[in-house]
Amino acid sequence: MSQHDGERASKELLAGCMDDAQADGQTACGARHYDWQAIRARLSAASGREYWRSFEQLADTAAFQDYLRHEFPRQAGEWMDAVGRRHFLKLMAASLGLAGSMGCLRQPDEKIVPYVRQPEEVVPGKPLYFATAMTLGGYATGTLVESQLGRPTKIEGNPDHPASLGATDAFTQAAVLSLYDPDRSQTVMHRERIDTWSSFLSALAAELPALKSRQGRGLRILTETVTSPTLADQLRALLEAMPEARWHQYEPCGRDNVRAGAKLAFGEYVDTIYRFDRADVVVSLDADFLWGMPGSVRYARDFVDRRRVAGGDARMNRLFVFESTPGLAGAIADHRLPIQPSEVKPLARALAGRLGVEAAGSDMPANVSQKLLEAVVSDLKAHRGASIVIAGDGQPPLVHALAHAINGQLDNVGKTIEYVEPAEARPEDHAASIKALVDDMAAGEVDLLVILEGNPAYNTPASLGFAKHLVNKRVKLAVHLSQHYDETSFLCHWHIPAAHFLESWGDARAFDGTASIVQPLIAPLYGGRTAHELMSVLLGEADQATFETLQKYWRKQIGEDDFGRFWRKAVHDGVVPETKAPARNVELSFDGRTPQAEEQIFAGGGLEIVFTPDPTVWDGRFANNGWLQELAKPLTKLTWDNAVYISPRLAEDEQLANGDMVELTVAERKLDVPVWIVPGQADGVISLSLGYGRSRAGRVGTGVGFDAYAIRPTHAAWFAKGVELKKTGRRYQLVVTQDHHSMQGRDVVQFGTLDDFQRDPNFLLADHPSKSREDSHRPFDLPSLYPDEKGSFPERKETDNAWGMVIDQTACIGCNACVIACQAENNTPIVGKEQVSRGREMQWLRIDRYYVGDIDNPDTYFQPMLCVQCENAPCELVCPVGATVHSSEGLNQMVYNRCVGTRYCSNNCPYKVRRFNFLNYEAFLHYDTEPQLAMLRNPDVTVRSRGVMEKCSFCVQRIQEAKIEAHKVNRPIADGEVLTACQQACPTRAIVFGNLNDPDSEVARLKKSPLNYGVLAELNTRPRTTHLARLRNPHPDLAAHQTGDTPSLDPRDQKIDKWLKDLEGGET
Amino acid sequence: MSDHATTVSRGGLPVLKPGHTFGSVTDKISSIVQTRQPKSWWFGFAVGFTLLMLFLYTTTYLLATGIGIWGTNIPTGWAFPIINFVWWIGIGHAGTFISAILLLLKQEWRTSINRFAEAMTLFAVSCAGLFPLLHLGRPWVFYWLMPYPNTMDLWPQFRSPLVWDVFAVSTYATVSLLFWYVGLIPDMATLRDRTQNRFAQIVYGMLAMGWRNSARHWHRYQMAYLLLAGLATPLVLSVHSIVGMDFAVAIVPGWHSTIFPPYFVAGAIFSGFAMVVTLTVPLRWLYGLQDFVTLKHLDNMAKVMLATGSMVGYGYACEVFYAYYSGNPFERYIAIDRMLGGYAWSYWGIVICNALAPQLFWVRAIRRNVIWLFVISLITQTGMWLERFVIIVTSLHRDFLPSAWHMYYPTIWDFTEFLGSIGLFLTLFFLFIRFLPMISIFELRELVSDKSE
Repeated sequence: MSQHDGERASKELLAGCMDDAQADGQTACGARHYDWQAIRARLSAASGREYWRSFEQLADTAAFQDYLRHEFPRQAGEWMDAVGRRHFLKLMAASLGLAGSMGCLRQPDEKIVPYVRQPEEVVPGKPLYFATAMTLGGYATGTLVESQLGRPTKIEGNPDHPASLGATDAFTQAAVLSLYDPDRSQTVMHRERIDTWSSFLSALAAELPALKSRQGRGLRILTETVTSPTLADQLRALLEAMPEARWHQYEPCGRDNVRAGAKLAFGEYVDTIYRFDRADVVVSLDADFLWGMPGSVRYARDFVDRRRVAGGDARMNRLFVFESTPGLAGAIADHRLPIQPSEVKPLARALAGRLGVEAAGSDMPANVSQKLLEAVVSDLKAHRGASIVIAGDGQPPLVHALAHAINGQLDNVGKTIEYVEPAEARPEDHAASIKALVDDMAAGEVDLLVILEGNPAYNTPASLGFAKHLVNKRVKLAVHLSQHYDETSFLCHWHIPAAHFLESWGDARAFDGTASIVQPLIAPLYGGRTAHELMSVLLGEADQATFETLQKYWRKQIGEDDFGRFWRKAVHDGVVPETKAPARNVELSFDGRTPQAEEQIFAGGGLEIVFTPDPTVWDGRFANNGWLQELAKPLTKLTWDNAVYISPRLAEDEQLANGDMVELTVAERKLDVPVWIVPGQADGVISLSLGYGRSRAGRVGTGVGFDAYAIRPTHAAWFAKGVELKKTGRRYQLVVTQDHHSMQGRDVVQFGTLDDFQRDPNFLLADHPSKSREDSHRPFDLPSLYPDEKGSFPERKETDNAWGMVIDQTACIGCNACVIACQAENNTPIVGKEQVSRGREMQWLRIDRYYVGDIDNPDTYFQPMLCVQCENAPCELVCPVGATVHSSEGLNQMVYNRCVGTRYCSNNCPYKVRRFNFLNYEAFLHYDTEPQLAMLRNPDVTVRSRGVMEKCSFCVQRIQEAKIEAHKVNRPIADGEVLTACQQACPTRAIVFGNLNDPDSEVARLKKSPLNYGVLAELNTRPRTTHLARLRNPHPDLAAHQTGDTPSLDPRDQKIDKWLKDLEGGET
Repeated sequence: MSDHATTVSRGGLPVLKPGHTFGSVTDKISSIVQTRQPKSWWFGFAVGFTLLMLFLYTTTYLLATGIGIWGTNIPTGWAFPIINFVWWIGIGHAGTFISAILLLLKQEWRTSINRFAEAMTLFAVSCAGLFPLLHLGRPWVFYWLMPYPNTMDLWPQFRSPLVWDVFAVSTYATVSLLFWYVGLIPDMATLRDRTQNRFAQIVYGMLAMGWRNSARHWHRYQMAYLLLAGLATPLVLSVHSIVGMDFAVAIVPGWHSTIFPPYFVAGAIFSGFAMVVTLTVPLRWLYGLQDFVTLKHLDNMAKVMLATGSMVGYGYACEVFYAYYSGNPFERYIAIDRMLGGYAWSYWGIVICNALAPQLFWVRAIRRNVIWLFVISLITQTGMWLERFVIIVTSLHRDFLPSAWHMYYPTIWDFTEFLGSIGLFLTLFFLFIRFLPMISIFELRELVSDKSE
């Protein structure tokens, strides 16, 4: 640049010299007349050769002198300093020398003062727990967040919160990673440029008066589902101040059908709360109530509590599931039938009709056998007032209304079903709401659009054209508050970074209406703002902090008296007392007719497609969360992608193999997506999960998977008919963490029926004579150098603690919360798709999923598998350096510092639960250079380096902490004092950990259960972690459970299996 | 004593072509070292050295990045590096077997091949020794596998076969080196006396350790050599037995089998002899050593291969039988998976290469045909490499819990590390040919004298 300028300047100079006419005062050639005499004199006086470049030089004019001085272009500043080069160097040398000599001097003492009085409760190494709440789809789950010296590191459930009862789902467990996500937006952005909050305020201030004068016409607020009382109050205040303004809501995985169903049934919006703790028979009409619904974590607990047999009480509830896509409810169901989503309506009518709902009509579903229907009806009739019929969020309002009618008919209302005031601030049809907004955007009626979180440019159906209308010039100003600079932010004029819930104040309601105060655990890492702050700005209270807004609202509700105490208690407990939604008495006003709007969903025929929220990234909001991306989906075990799930029969018909790319056409929109064959997928239905194919998610999530919103129709958000599926011939690599779904005839998951158990509690041993009756996980009584749980080596000191674990497979719903809890607790890295494809995922705990029986509708078994802490551990024997050793309390310990990485231990581990750091996984995505992520680490757990083996440690850090606490007051550790991370997160309490030496402990009690067995115990590994056999409670008239391995899809494996079978057949 | 040695052994073929004298033997062998190398030497050396650089490159990348550059995974925690280790160690068996066991058994035909067979052993063991170190997650702390005094009082875990391995392999390497070097001493003296180059005189002189060819020297020398042979003999059997125990001690189906130690030893001698044949055939042709390494030698080696190959084949049959007879479902599954599963090609590969191919050696004409021998020896080595692949990879990839089953696929770096180790071997071997007598001169002279008596 400067060179270029200089060149230009000298050219100008020359031009000026040559052309007198052009010369003006600006050029250096000011002098037009040369002193010719002087020139000649100088030339003649010169001795030897004289070089000259111009007459000016010869004349030595003032202008030339000036030019020499300004040799560099006129823009360049002059060195005005009197200090010359030599002097400058002298000074430099002197100062350098002095600097050196100064370095040898002792720095003056500047004493800092340590804590005179330590800040209350802040003890380095001692975590503190704070109650707060996380929302998903607007509904809160209460949490207790562990804070290590001010850094939130781990999220647990809040036992006092009705939606949690101390447990969480996988999303909540992973939320702490999202907090530290280095890809989160860190600044205000204005038209793709970095800007400031204050300039945003002034930009908005410029708009507001005009808006106000128009009564707010042209102002649109777009939110996700709002349950926050304070935000709702602010919105109401705004709408009062500016009556022409509009508030829209859009939730991509929202509950439009549920709301509309209630309205259809009762003529008004009510929320339904299910009391699974009182239900003996549950019928699910395409509803996966164990996962993803508001209150699912609670529902899972309540549901499973009624089918715990190991406790001695041999009673179980019974679950019938009709579902299109294999889900968690279908996996735990006593009877499951795959069914097309459009077949659920006739099924619901048939059920309702048989149960005496007059308005139901007499439809008959095509694929449901009479016998099954009779069984369901007889069970429901036999359990009036103790049954639940629940319709899925994806089912149209009519099915919901029918379910309400059935529940009413069965006297369930008030017993297993409660109708309450909606928890939402303003229940409305989100699809209609967003449609109205887009229409107005297109019509140019939107001047200021404020989007409070959410990502509508990505997660609205593409056919709606939200993104298209957002960028048309008619939306004058669009503001987006969001944690990432995402697809919507990119298209908006202003982007405001949003605060994570762990950084901000707020409030939210749970599924039953209970409000929680959300309190921050850390100041916003990136200066994030809350929706409340933005609303305050719109309300003209720009400097009001969220905390004030919140307190103002609650002060209004509670009153001044005692507010301090109320506030303290509400924030501390994480639950605002007495905020549970009041019950509503509703009257069924339902005529049984299918509403007009629904007809078009059922119109047409052909293949059906189901859109589902994704079990790992939900609607796409968790796309940049590496823990969740790498989490294997519960049924398919797919990671780092979504795929369209097809039934084995469709695969056969269309000659499709896993990973084949197909072109889907839904309502004339096309998407290329790979297929994955799912045993148990209903015929004639394909399923595709939402939330993938993000273009601006961040390092983790961008470009991962396929965007289902591109083909999601606006008229049928959850399932649509008339889908075309065309094989493209291309292939795509899909990565799963479990390649084989068959148990290969091995006794991996033992199972039976409640009936078997009641007839003979030891029924499992009938087939296994080698196992002792007392202790089925210990087949051979071989000598061991380690004291066993009974301390049978009197010459050795009996230890106080013998840690053990029992996993109840009847209770496990396969929800993955434990997997992420373990990852968060133990600083486990993510490795990326390529490494997972090589079989190098690092999660210490995996949930194995096995199928038994018919490939079109198999029985599904989940088996959480982690290091079982063998008393006679094969890994310990073979480690050449003794890096894995046994503790006196029965832990199989891994000494990272000693490990040289031979991987012999992993080879010799029959459970393959050891994980190896093949590379420096901390550096994945260059995360090792991100200081934020270092804050996430659990300080009690070593971060492992490349080249060492790692595995489940039974959360030894938690054991140690409890031991120290117990030791301080010289008492034994109480039962339940040490909870492993997986145990703590488990919604169904399927995992029980404790001291086997304490005969009264829960774990010792469960170990005595006749259902207790050790996986691969025949190898004499003596696992400390044992499993309880899975029990089903089938209807007496229906088949109990399937037997025989589900055949592999791989022809080679089929051949092997056939050979093995022939071999065994030949012997008997 | 006669100048014309007539050495005809029972089989009818001579172990040394008649007509050689002490002088002709010495001249012929020492001239290989003392004259310029043929173009083929340079070619071979260049190939070896290029591959060695590949080894260096891969190893550098490996140490900088981690063993994740390979395809090794969970469940297949061992793969190419351990396959290569066992393969090289197996190859390294022939030399000591030829030198020590055949010496004790007074097999005179060993004389002309023992030197380079021992060198081959030594280089193969060097290659083998590198792999267990490189395959470690943290190779820089490999010495933790050795018992050394340290402030933390930490010792290796002696129940682990890997620790036995460390002792077995390092002992074997040490004894092999000693045996080889002791065998070289009289020939060093010969070279010292014959070379014109001052520098070479000094070097050979130092290596000859003052050998003066006195009767007392010879007396002590032969006693030492015999003792070393006695010492080396059990090692031949122990090393690969212990390598076999790496697998047999584990509970992995397909590994946990008592047949492994003897079966591994037989396989090792099998592959070792194959390697000797692979090297002998081109060497005797290139350097015109047909007089010393006669068809008799090749014939005998082919017979050893036939015997050991048949033992290996018997091992395969046994494995299948045990799997069947044990009734152990895991063992049965692995046995059938090997035959029909994703790696079936490797299983049928070993049956063809190791059990069937050597059966051709029943035919005398094939035993005495260098082309056939050479080809079969290469097939055998491929087969023995595949055998380790079958044992290690197929057993691990499908063990107890089907949920953990996973295929293993090597990466490009697995191959470069393996090819690179061949480069290391070739480079060392070509340097050996260049600087040391590849056939024991003094022992051949003994043979001349024996046969002329």
